Amino acid sequence: MSNEIAILGAGMHPWGKWGHNFVQYGVAAAREALADAGVPWRDVRFVSGGATVRCGYPGYVAGATFAQALGWQGAEVNTSYAACASGSQALAAARNKILSGECEVALVVGADTTPKGFLAPAGGYRPEDPDWVRFYLGITNPTYFALYARRRMDLYGDTQEDFAQVKVKNARAGSKNPRARYRKCFSVEDVAASAMVADPLRLMDICATSDGGAALIVSSLDYARRIGKADAPRVAAISTVTPSFASGVVEMPDIATDSAAAAGIEAQSFRASLPVKAYEEAGIGPEDVNVAEVYDLSTALELDWIEDLQLAPRGEAAQLLRNGDTAIGGRIPVNPSGGLACFGEAVPAQALAQVCELTWQLRGQSGDRQVEGAKVGITANQGLFGHGSSVIVKR
Amino acid sequence: MSDKPLAPAIEGWHTMGDQPHLIGTRCTACGTYFFPKQSHYCKNPDCDSTDFEEVELSRTGTVWSYTNACYEPPAPFVAPQPFEPYAIAAVQLEAEQMVVLGQVVTGVDTEQLSVGMPVELVLETLHETDDDIKVTWKWKPVAA
Ligand SMILES: [Zn+2]
Repeated sequence: MSNEIAILGAGMHPWGKWGHNFVQYGVAAAREALADAGVPWRDVRFVSGGATVRCGYPGYVAGATFAQALGWQGAEVNTSYAACASGSQALAAARNKILSGECEVALVVGADTTPKGFLAPAGGYRPEDPDWVRFYLGITNPTYFALYARRRMDLYGDTQEDFAQVKVKNARAGSKNPRARYRKCFSVEDVAASAMVADPLRLMDICATSDGGAALIVSSLDYARRIGKADAPRVAAISTVTPSFASGVVEMPDIATDSAAAAGIEAQSFRASLPVKAYEEAGIGPEDVNVAEVYDLSTALELDWIEDLQLAPRGEAAQLLRNGDTAIGGRIPVNPSGGLACFGEAVPAQALAQVCELTWQLRGQSGDRQVEGAKVGITANQGLFGHGSSVIVKR
Repeated sequence: MSDKPLAPAIEGWHTMGDQPHLIGTRCTACGTYFFPKQSHYCKNPDCDSTDFEEVELSRTGTVWSYTNACYEPPAPFVAPQPFEPYAIAAVQLEAEQMVVLGQVVTGVDTEQLSVGMPVELVLETLHETDDDIKVTWKWKPVAA
């Protein structure tokens, strides 16, 4: 039995800093996806929302909030929270519903509004909270990305110019994407002139946070056939596995990794484990992939992801970049959307935005940023609390 | 410098004195170490022990990676004024098979660090209060 579902429609509210309520972005994305699919709203029998969790933020009822905004019509709802992977988990819930035969068409939607001010932990003396501990000791978010970046430099010979070239590449791609927030092209010199935040990463190596919304209309293959969309791109795999003990890479907000001292236990990389299940489920390998959308929270992290997805041997992603292989027109374009560098992170929408981009790429609708002949695409992202995902879309 | 007494910034996370150690726990059944201390359940998926002993972790290790903080972090960090950037290291402890983060001692910047470099644990001021000087663990390159 096929595990596949069809992607009938994709929609996004442009990323930016618009200052509206998140519901507005989600509704705009959902309406675009419905129109793109040619599916009437009342045919959607399952609404799966990606949520985010913040103090006083109502995103935790995402499924119901979007269903109500689009007009209650008696569909069933679901809300998924999985940090950066919320969208993928919401998509997985829709897939389960469809594959079990409980519904034929589902809407998957996520949207976010950037919080006002700096995200910092509550005060007091709270050593039981790892987030409080690391801020108290002077360890902020960029610290973690800088540690990964510096390790690449010392182990593999990557340079700050390589990292800057990732920004240059993604900015060029994003400049051709009307849904991207930042559409300006940059040079290596521009990146080098931006302020150092956490050595070796500069301001322009690190992604911002944004408002945005993304949505997909997904269905059974049978329904897709009946409405004349048998050749629609398909979700071939969704991996939302947890890390495996012992996690050998220090992750935000922790102050230490797991210990791998026990017999039979080895240090493992969570990022590298995410695509393994996806490849297995889709029955394909990294050599079959034509395009990838990865979570470039920093420029250097894009290079880590390329190796985690096995698109290059460990330590060789920078060489791929230098060859131009990961640019549009190259052998394996990475982040043709412009990536987080051009979007800024909108947590519950981002994993869906990655799938939207692959959908348009596989349909050949990406205009100036089209990856010619793309048939198989993969996404990857990782967030807090052991959440992460990798989705394979094929046509 | 003031004559206030020294006190650990986070109570019970390290010993005091010239040769300080981080204080963790160790599962008596499988040998997994925990820092911060874990004493109720073992996170090894093959172990369901609830028995832990408090242990001092190795006070030397090798640099897994390093960076610095060029901008003043938000509270609860207490920044000296004017703010001075400081280096940060992630350090691999051999026996414990784990990596622990911490600031690097004052006066050592990223140019003096490299992956694989041996370092040791020392105590240094994190900030002062009205009553005492809060100290915390920091990593210091071992003199060659
Ligand atoms: Zn144990």
